[in-house]
Amino acid sequence: MNVLASLRTALRALRKNKLRSLLAMLGIVIAVGAVVATVSIGQGAQAKVAAQMESLGSNLLMVLPGSVAMHGVATGSGATQTLNRDDAAAIEKELTNSVAAVAPINRTGAQIVYGDQNWFTQVQGTTAAYLQVRGWPLAQGEAFGREEDAAAAKVCILGKTVADKLFVPGAPVVGEQIRVKHVPCKVIGVLASKGQSSWGQDQDDVVLVPWSMAVRRLIGTQSDAVGQLMISARSPQMVDDAEREITALLKQRHHLSEQADPDFQIRNLAEMQDAAKQNTQTIAVLLGSVALISLVVGAIGIANVMLVSVTERTREIGIRMAVGARGRDVLFQFLTEAVVLASVGGVIGLLIGIVTSKWMAIKFEWPTLLSPPVMLGTMLLAGFAGIVAGFYPALRASRLDPIDALRFE
Amino acid sequence: MDRSSNGNAPVVQTRELEKIYKMGDVEVRALRGVSLSIGGGEFVAVMGASGSGKSTFMNLIGCLDRPTRGSYLLNGEDVGRLSRDQLARVRGRQIGFVFQGFNLLPRTTAIENVELPMLYQGIPARERHQRSSEALARVGLGDRLDHTPAQLSGGQQQRVAIARALVNRPTLLLADEPTGNLDSRTSVEVMGIFQELNDQGLTVLLVTHEADISDHARRVVTFKDGLVLSDSRVERRRIAREELLEEATA
Repeated sequence: MNVLASLRTALRALRKNKLRSLLAMLGIVIAVGAVVATVSIGQGAQAKVAAQMESLGSNLLMVLPGSVAMHGVATGSGATQTLNRDDAAAIEKELTNSVAAVAPINRTGAQIVYGDQNWFTQVQGTTAAYLQVRGWPLAQGEAFGREEDAAAAKVCILGKTVADKLFVPGAPVVGEQIRVKHVPCKVIGVLASKGQSSWGQDQDDVVLVPWSMAVRRLIGTQSDAVGQLMISARSPQMVDDAEREITALLKQRHHLSEQADPDFQIRNLAEMQDAAKQNTQTIAVLLGSVALISLVVGAIGIANVMLVSVTERTREIGIRMAVGARGRDVLFQFLTEAVVLASVGGVIGLLIGIVTSKWMAIKFEWPTLLSPPVMLGTMLLAGFAGIVAGFYPALRASRLDPIDALRFE
Repeated sequence: MDRSSNGNAPVVQTRELEKIYKMGDVEVRALRGVSLSIGGGEFVAVMGASGSGKSTFMNLIGCLDRPTRGSYLLNGEDVGRLSRDQLARVRGRQIGFVFQGFNLLPRTTAIENVELPMLYQGIPARERHQRSSEALARVGLGDRLDHTPAQLSGGQQQRVAIARALVNRPTLLLADEPTGNLDSRTSVEVMGIFQELNDQGLTVLLVTHEADISDHARRVVTFKDGLVLSDSRVERRRIAREELLEEATA
């Protein structure tokens, strides 16, 4: 019996018992639907996390002041001022092979006022390199340059949130005078919106000013100490090189031997990305096991119904054998039925999964990502489950004795 | 050795055919050495009480089972030692079955039932359809192709079964109590079809326990206790066509 004929026979047999066929495939429907929906939700989340990571800046390294031990007493990290502008300048000048940009950052909170509006936000003193490191374009105006930094010029760039809080929509922003703390300050640019960071912080709630302006006028110190350095490596492959070279250079500048503990620490975004990747892999494994379990349950459902079907149709099997069906014809027929059940269930499940995923995306504004390889793989797995589930019942059918089968009441 | 024949080359030829069933510790010798020859074009009725071995004999002749001892040649080929799959092939190509209970597939149209044997011989769909309609027309059901068994009378169902048995052009038609579930008039009609087919040259082997049915055959073989008790020509053969005519005029 050829494939087409057995397919038609199988479809006809399944149509004769619509309700039972439907119940038999229900397990597979749910399994495939659940897998497609959850994987699309998981992958949507993954993509979102990856995008957020990306928004932090590409190939990012952060250098923070570390702890120093003085007379046997170690200070906590960040409590010291071991980094300065000269360190930043040295890295930028000497490590041109691996480092693309270096941005020194000092932060302070400040009340800012425009007209009768005011807002408390974070002010970051930095250089134009910051925008490059963070990969953050301006929506309006322009950035400050070296001259403004050297002169501690009273200029600022507003984050989107700050601009929205102070100015009415549509009003001119660039060129206006605002006050940061008590310092009048000219707005020269507005940043493009970057949205929330991966930990939920509004990245647009910020004001950027030249580094020296922040340190000298807002914080009010003559110190050259830098709160942190944000450094962008030239490429993802260069991140490790850059980290090593920065460590060596800073140790040298800080008169530390190669074996000594550094008085600074470097955080590598790649490490954070790895951690995130590991999390998503854990989720993938979890989803995979759920998928497998539900497919096994679905397969058991099919096996159960096929066994009942074989018993119920013993006489039919006898008739088929009497008119010339070989064992393998009967085996193939029942296997085909099981695979058709599983595949039809798979297709229905796939549709339900897609609809659910789209619905989730709209209803909960949760990004979902339908992955064709996953959908295809799940379908293949469902078909395979059909083969496994159908094999034993089909084998039993094929081994029936034609005489006994014909006599079966 | 051959008990009797009509002179044609034998279709069925058994020699000392034995079949022993093991039921627990007890051995049942259902067939204890049957040697029989049926020539091409014969119409043989096998009779006997239940337990006489006639059903076992039919199963062996129908290649549904294999003998414990002895040989069975079907059209000269020794089929007694064939594998299950080989037997299925022989059944599909050389033997047509008609059963007491019709054994049609339920909820399946007449024409699909008749197509069934061809499905396993790899015959293309168009030819299957054509040959099935022809076979159904031959048994007088040309206008009932799309009826399911539930929509047909007993006699009509048995005709569908006969069409199914014929569709692969077998050399041997085996009918196991084909009239057991039919009333007497329908029985005669069915026997009429067998006689007609036999007249066209088909070899027919019929199992029955009713004498007025076996009288439609040309030769009657009676079994008892797993052996052939008697084997004789039918002296006053009944002709179904004439019986039906008489009934119509009476």
